[in-house]
Amino acid sequence: MAIDTDKNSYTVIFSIVMVVVVGSILAGLASGLKPLVDANKRFEKQQNILYAMGINANEGTSDVAFISTDEVEDKFESTITKQYVIEGTEASENSEAYLIDIKKEEAKAKDPNYKRKLPLFEGEKDGEPIYVIPIRGKGLWDAIWGFVAVDKSMTVQGVFFDHAGETPGLGAEIKQRYFMDDFEGESLFDESGAFKGITVAKGNADPKNERKTDNAVDAIAGATITGDGITAMIKKDLKMYVPYFKTLK
Amino acid sequence: MGLLSKKDSKLIMDPLADNNPITIQVLGICSALAITAQLKPSIVMAISVMFVMGVGNVVISLMRNIIPSKIRIIVQLVVVATLVIIVDQVLKAYAYSLSKELSVFIGLIITNCIIMGRFEAFALANGTWRSFLDGIGNALGYGVILIIVGFFRELLGSGTLFGFKVLGDSVEKTGLYAIGYENNGFMVLPPMALIVVGIIIWVQRSRNKELIED
Repeated sequence: MAIDTDKNSYTVIFSIVMVVVVGSILAGLASGLKPLVDANKRFEKQQNILYAMGINANEGTSDVAFISTDEVEDKFESTITKQYVIEGTEASENSEAYLIDIKKEEAKAKDPNYKRKLPLFEGEKDGEPIYVIPIRGKGLWDAIWGFVAVDKSMTVQGVFFDHAGETPGLGAEIKQRYFMDDFEGESLFDESGAFKGITVAKGNADPKNERKTDNAVDAIAGATITGDGITAMIKKDLKMYVPYFKTLK
Repeated sequence: MGLLSKKDSKLIMDPLADNNPITIQVLGICSALAITAQLKPSIVMAISVMFVMGVGNVVISLMRNIIPSKIRIIVQLVVVATLVIIVDQVLKAYAYSLSKELSVFIGLIITNCIIMGRFEAFALANGTWRSFLDGIGNALGYGVILIIVGFFRELLGSGTLFGFKVLGDSVEKTGLYAIGYENNGFMVLPPMALIVVGIIIWVQRSRNKELIED
């Protein structure tokens, strides 16, 4: 018996069956693979944090090289001695601070009564404590984010930037070594001790990056808006940590 | 006579050369321009498209007698979308850094005109085995162009192949760079992919005059 595939009732039943079948296949697959996907995201974050602290596989290459995903979890646990959640000047230890979603916190902070939770990671490098601060902002097309490693006096020890969709060859270059390495040693305060951030400055400002106290690094040509985004997110997000760092001195 | 009959092997060979989806039918250009800056994503993209087209053509062909013709385009879309999500999820779970690199373009396989084109033009009217061959053939034709473009763009744009520095180190000035060679930064940008595809089309048509339209 041939089915009359032109009948309306047949079309409706066909669509319903199709949706149910496809829906269950995809739902099953997604929940089956979720642990693996989540682990990958966690590893990536750990790699980024460690990268900013200078723990990476950069030696002998000019590219950005993370430590391998196999060892990142152990390395993260042994390097990051403490994780804090800061509210105001109060810091409380919380071993899952790295799971805080800054994007969500930022949205919640629009409510003036909400006390924003700020994650902070403490590790040790050459016997000195070193702190990693996650930051997030806007580039030209989409979100940009990063991790800034600073010492007790908030002098930058290393950074890592990433982006969701900046222009390849221009804004996307913020995740290249030649740009990120410039931040090392820059101070976030001006000479009088006021918070100033770090400006991604145009106009061939200090291209060899010899002056470490000028609060500026050289911009990437053709990536003005992405660079401004970096300046803005450093200023905005790191500033929130200043009260806490003042208590460390 | 080999594994395939003459008619069947034509299904594989035609899209590779005289009926190539990219250079002759000019379909699927968007992804060919976007992800071919390096060889590795080009190959992963080619394999993903091959999976989606092979399996998709088989599924559509199996269902060709029960698909209501009124909603056949929607059914085709659902099949592509399902397969693409499967590819995306598997890449996210097992090849995370690659899936980050390909980012939105895996999702955009859905809009790859070659796939819907083959579903509509071939799988709806042909048997399962022939549809499978047709899907693989067209995906191969697409993949070959992707790999050729990716090869030249990575070699001339970054001086590397699969990330290996085949021309020497551009920072340390070794190999070719020692005698003043410079990477062509333009090759990394999508417009150059269009020009490379154009050159392939030119070469192909000058070798086979029958392909030139009036």
